[in-house]
Amino acid sequence: MSESDAPIRVVLAKLGLDGHDRGLKIVARILRDAGMEVIYLGLRQTTDSIVAAAEQEDADAVGLSMHNAGHMTLAPAMVGALRAAKLTCPVIVGGIVPDDDVEALLDAGVAAVLGPGASASEVAQVVRDAVAAAEASDDATVGGSKVET
Amino acid sequence: MARVHKPVDEHYSEAAAGSRLALGRLLTLVERGGPEADQLSELAHQDTGRAHVVGITGAPGAGKSTLTGQLVHRYVDAGRRPAVLAVDPSSPLTGGAILGDRIRMYDVSEVETGQGAPAPDDMSADRRPFIRSMATRGHSGGLALAVPLAVRLFDAVGYDPVIIETVGVGQVEVDVVGAADTAVVVATPGMGDAVQANKAGLLEVADIFVVNKADRPGANDVRRDLELMLDLSHMTGLDTMERGDADYRPPIVMSSALDGTGAENVIAAIDDHLVYLGQSDRLRRRREHRVRTEVRARLKQALDRRVDDLLATDEGRAMVAKAEQADLSPTEVATALLDILFE
Repeated sequence: MSESDAPIRVVLAKLGLDGHDRGLKIVARILRDAGMEVIYLGLRQTTDSIVAAAEQEDADAVGLSMHNAGHMTLAPAMVGALRAAKLTCPVIVGGIVPDDDVEALLDAGVAAVLGPGASASEVAQVVRDAVAAAEASDDATVGGSKVET
Repeated sequence: MARVHKPVDEHYSEAAAGSRLALGRLLTLVERGGPEADQLSELAHQDTGRAHVVGITGAPGAGKSTLTGQLVHRYVDAGRRPAVLAVDPSSPLTGGAILGDRIRMYDVSEVETGQGAPAPDDMSADRRPFIRSMATRGHSGGLALAVPLAVRLFDAVGYDPVIIETVGVGQVEVDVVGAADTAVVVATPGMGDAVQANKAGLLEVADIFVVNKADRPGANDVRRDLELMLDLSHMTGLDTMERGDADYRPPIVMSSALDGTGAENVIAAIDDHLVYLGQSDRLRRRREHRVRTEVRARLKQALDRRVDDLLATDEGRAMVAKAEQADLSPTEVATALLDILFE
């Protein structure tokens, strides 16, 4: 099978104490119907549990749903935890994020922020773009010696 | 990660030394199939045969994942190093999948082992369980190839037991569980009577029955129905057909996986079954059967590819056109193509 045929694998989770998982369930369905494999972790995850899942599942991306105003603390912590484990997969944040915070999150290494009102096709495209950008950056890091699969 | 920047054998060495990152990537190659998976198959082959392979199956919602989570906890407490391969169906329309088994075992992949975190240079001391979700990805032969290779890989890098969890629908899913050393079938109250149980092809592969949700009304009815069914299997001789030994009667274990009641008994039944297999050449025969099943699946896939290649040639297309235009019957065309394939 060629590389482009393999479905994108996305870990979806709510980080910390945040019980609003309806949005995440909708995103799971959107990504599934866009042909992706969603590893659904659901509520009350920790950065450690998400890193463990991303590692074992060889995830292409991590999607976090945040509705408790903790995004400025938790999202950068998530990026840091993944990178500390040598995982390069992009982190995409969805949920309630004030416009003023978006720039700071992107500066902190979050790949994209999806707010309320994003359409199903936008959600899927943002994930695809983030995964493609991370792969391109991986390839650049490794340089000419890469072995593609 | 969609890309693997290192040769397969380097990743394999790292995984064998305990790198979970490398193992995760190798499993992606297994799922994808192709030359890297073939190479991995050869690498893993020399190190296999140590793990107890356990299949767990049953209807959707029977509590397979919850039970698996309970078992994994107990295996870790007992100083073992379990791996789980959780298979879920892909959408036939989009190829996408929601793999939700981890949510039922969410905390086990980072279980405290009581030994503290392993030193970075001693990854082999890492006893944490490894859980991987696998989607069926539509292509029927794919699962039949990916599951046995993934199981051999877990075995080769030191996991034991290796648990395969699948929904008991579809022949391939039943086959992969049936090819395990020990097949556990999970039943629950409220999912039909003995007639339903007789319909399901799962009964023929079961080495152990678990009646889960045993705290609910009707659990004893399920147990009674299963006992009756096993009596009938013995009467009709089905038990000898399947296993070649009428002296084995699958135990029925009651469990309530939500709070872990009965999980110890399930583990004991799984251990007992391995002892039973080891008492004669049954374990060897079962593993030979597993190897035959995998060889057959690989052969079929290779033939499938050659058939696709042949049908894509001018000659193949011309032959098929003869059937389409009704000059020849489909059977005649297929026979002629078969001759071309093997000439």
